[in-house]
Formats: sequence, C-alpha cells, structure tokens
Amino acid sequence: MFIAVTAAILITMALALTRALLGPTVYDRVLAVNMFGTKTVLLIAVLGFLTGRPDFLDISLVYALINFIGTIAVLKLLKFGDLGTAGGRDEPAED
Amino acid sequence: METALDIVSWVLLVTGSVFAMIGGLGLIRLPDVYTRMHGAGITDTMGAGLILAGLMVQGGFSQVTVKLILILIFLLYTSPTSTYALANAAFHRGQKPLLGKPGHGKEDDQPSKP
Repeated sequence: MFIAVTAAILITMALALTRALLGPTVYDRVLAVNMFGTKTVLLIAVLGFLTGRPDFLDISLVYALINFIGTIAVLKLLKFGDLGTAGGRDEPAED
Repeated sequence: METALDIVSWVLLVTGSVFAMIGGLGLIRLPDVYTRMHGAGITDTMGAGLILAGLMVQGGFSQVTVKLILILIFLLYTSPTSTYALANAAFHRGQKPLLGKPGHGKEDDQPSKP
C-alpha cells in the first residue's frame, strides 16, 4: 500500500519538476521547486514507513525546515535584489 | 480493529495521493503563476494533510505520531507563508495576473468563435 502512495508522490514530483523546467517566469520555477520540496518531505516520511524504519521522520522534519528557509531566501533575493536588505517593508528597496 | 484501522489509513492515504496528483496536474495545466499557486496549495494542504493523517493512523499512539503532527503543523504554517511571499514578490516585480474569462486570450473579451 505504501508503494502506491510512493508512486503517486513520485508522479507529483515529476509533474512539479516538469513545471520547474518549462516555467516561463522564474516565479513558476520557485513555486515548482517549493512544491517539490514539500513532496520530498512526504516521500521521506512514507519511505520510512515503507522500509519499516520510522526514524526517517527526523530527516523529514529537518528537510521541511531547510526547504522553507531556502524558499524564503530565494524570494527575498528576487524581491529586493540582494539578501542584505533589512526586512519588514512592503515596498522593494530603491537603488 | 486492526483491519478497521488499516482501512481508515488506506482511505486517507489514497485520497491524499489523488489530491496530490490533481495538484501536480493543475501545476502543469493552469495558465498563470497566480493560478498555479492553487495547484500547489492543494498538494500542500489536502495532499500532505491526508497522507500524514494516514501515516498517523498507521503509527498509533507513539513517538512517530508526535513527529508526524509536528511535520503537519510546520507544513500548515510555512506553506501559506511561502505562497504569500511568492505572490508578493511576483506582484512587486511587475508580474500581472491573467484577467478575463477562462478559455480566452488576454485581450479577447468576445465570446469564442468556432
């Protein structure tokens, strides 16, 4: 049963990767990569159950954290132009 | 009792997988970055939630379930945050939402000609 779920998650990851390769704008690529990361979290969790070793859940939790930080960092770079700008503003920095 | 729990878990897992694949299909098929966020949102809420709920039923009352609940809570907090940041960044960088009726071009407001 877990094999079917794993296959479904892998199909979804392939679709997300297709969008990341096709994506006309960079935001499509960021969206697809973010979704790919979320699916990776799920895949690691299901693989832990599939192989009978639920210790993989710790890796999955850490992957979720890293994925979120990475997405926010890339979006900040896209919005402000550099990573050193102080946050908390709604308007992009003028330079 | 064991069989009943297994059936509940399988139903949750299969429904979550179907939702995840529908979201992936939406990511491919939808026309715009703002509409594609809906597809990603489906996989992040219903897909991840139902699959993790199915795994929780398999895990029973143990440390595994606590970790799964932590993952679910974290996903439910971060997914809207990153989607909001993405929409904000795209809008501030001049990405215009696609307006108009579905199935029509950007400037085409007339009914479709055969």
